Amino acid sequence: MTLVECNAIRCEAMQWTAILGASGIGKSTLLRVLAGLPTHWQFKGDIRASDGNPLSGRVAMMAQQDLLLPWADLIENVTLGARMRGERVDTEYVLEIIDRVGLADHMHKRPTQLSGGQRQRVALARTLMENRPLVLLDEPFSALDTRTRSQMQDLAAELLEGCTVLMVTHDPAEATRMGHRVLWLNSSGIEDIPLPDSKPPRAVDDAEALMMQGQLLRRLREES
Amino acid sequence: MRALLTICASIALSLLLWQSVVSIFSLPHYILPGPFRVATALIDNAALLSEHAITTLIEVVIGLLLGSTLGALTAMAMAYSRPARVLLKPVLAFSQALPVFALAPILTLWLGYGLGSKVAMAVLIIFFPVMSAFLDGLLRTPSGWLDLATTMGASERSILLKMRIPNALPSLGAGIKLAAVYAPIGAVIGEWVGSSSGLGYLMLLASGRAKVDLMFAAMIVLGVMSVTLYLLTGRAVDRLVHRYSDRVA
Repeated sequence: MTLVECNAIRCEAMQWTAILGASGIGKSTLLRVLAGLPTHWQFKGDIRASDGNPLSGRVAMMAQQDLLLPWADLIENVTLGARMRGERVDTEYVLEIIDRVGLADHMHKRPTQLSGGQRQRVALARTLMENRPLVLLDEPFSALDTRTRSQMQDLAAELLEGCTVLMVTHDPAEATRMGHRVLWLNSSGIEDIPLPDSKPPRAVDDAEALMMQGQLLRRLREES
Repeated sequence: MRALLTICASIALSLLLWQSVVSIFSLPHYILPGPFRVATALIDNAALLSEHAITTLIEVVIGLLLGSTLGALTAMAMAYSRPARVLLKPVLAFSQALPVFALAPILTLWLGYGLGSKVAMAVLIIFFPVMSAFLDGLLRTPSGWLDLATTMGASERSILLKMRIPNALPSLGAGIKLAAVYAPIGAVIGEWVGSSSGLGYLMLLASGRAKVDLMFAAMIVLGVMSVTLYLLTGRAVDRLVHRYSDRVA
């Protein structure tokens, strides 16, 4: 059985590529393959970066769950990567990142003392600390309420400036708002969906993006 | 305060029941002594009882510490290394199929009548519950954390130290609490098979001389000692793992 078959997916450097598709279509599996994580599927093909170097060690990942360690406080969670690798933690950089995600007042709180939105900002800070050129986002904001989600999207777009971002989502609104490009993953392969020329993140009431979002939702519904 | 009252009421009720069984069936004291007779024996033999209680307590505490440590270390080795896990699992499962009590005579033969054989019995009984509870916790690390650690480029060793172990500490705590209940059983069985002191020994001695009231007194001391040990261990364990037990909803 084949999960999905396609010739090539190209992600432009320093842009957001949104991968949109129904659940179970293999979006997350695609990210796991790129991140070098084990999957239940066999991947036939190759992954190349334009500079010719392998991807391993240059990828950071952020998931739908914040994956914070409940016993560790905010700083310990943000610096998890360095601590796991036994590296010295750059204190100044940590404080700067925590400040940029707006959590400077919660420095020593533990995850249970934070709200869902705050926790996801900690996860974003942890991702930023990794300082990797390729960032994989697996529906990172889908567990948040609509208002918090749109704020998180703006924050992520601002802070991940300069990174190549590949974002998996099942939400046409998120794809049309955040993507420089949208790739629609369906059973017959991958389709490149043209997006408005405006620069993401598009305003929440951007007429073109909203129109686009509606069309995508219609197609998603028709497919299943 | 309320809890204390409940406990007192429950003890009073048990004593009442005990006395009424003795009175109603007019049982002779060499079959079932009444609570007053046992209390008298308890007071009259206070020095003797405490001397033997101390022996048993030492066996139990050393056994508990040693058994928990060995169990925890084995669990960590098994979580860290797949070969260790694959090789040790059948052996440990088989060892649990053997009745540990059957090993008591052999342990006494090897380690003599002293402290060693009783500690060994306690360790044998404790080892498995601690090991399996901890191992279970160590292997149930959420897969999302492991994925995160992998993309971060973490080594197996730091995954064990910074994710698996902290995450499994509440399971280890539960195992050690269970061990505190089992440890006295091991020590007393060790004493029954061969010893010259300890509460188990005292019970056998009293039984041989038909001093049933002294047997009951020794049993009560053992019971109180075990419950106290359980409560103290529980409190110490809860304090140590407290930070690690609040889970994410």
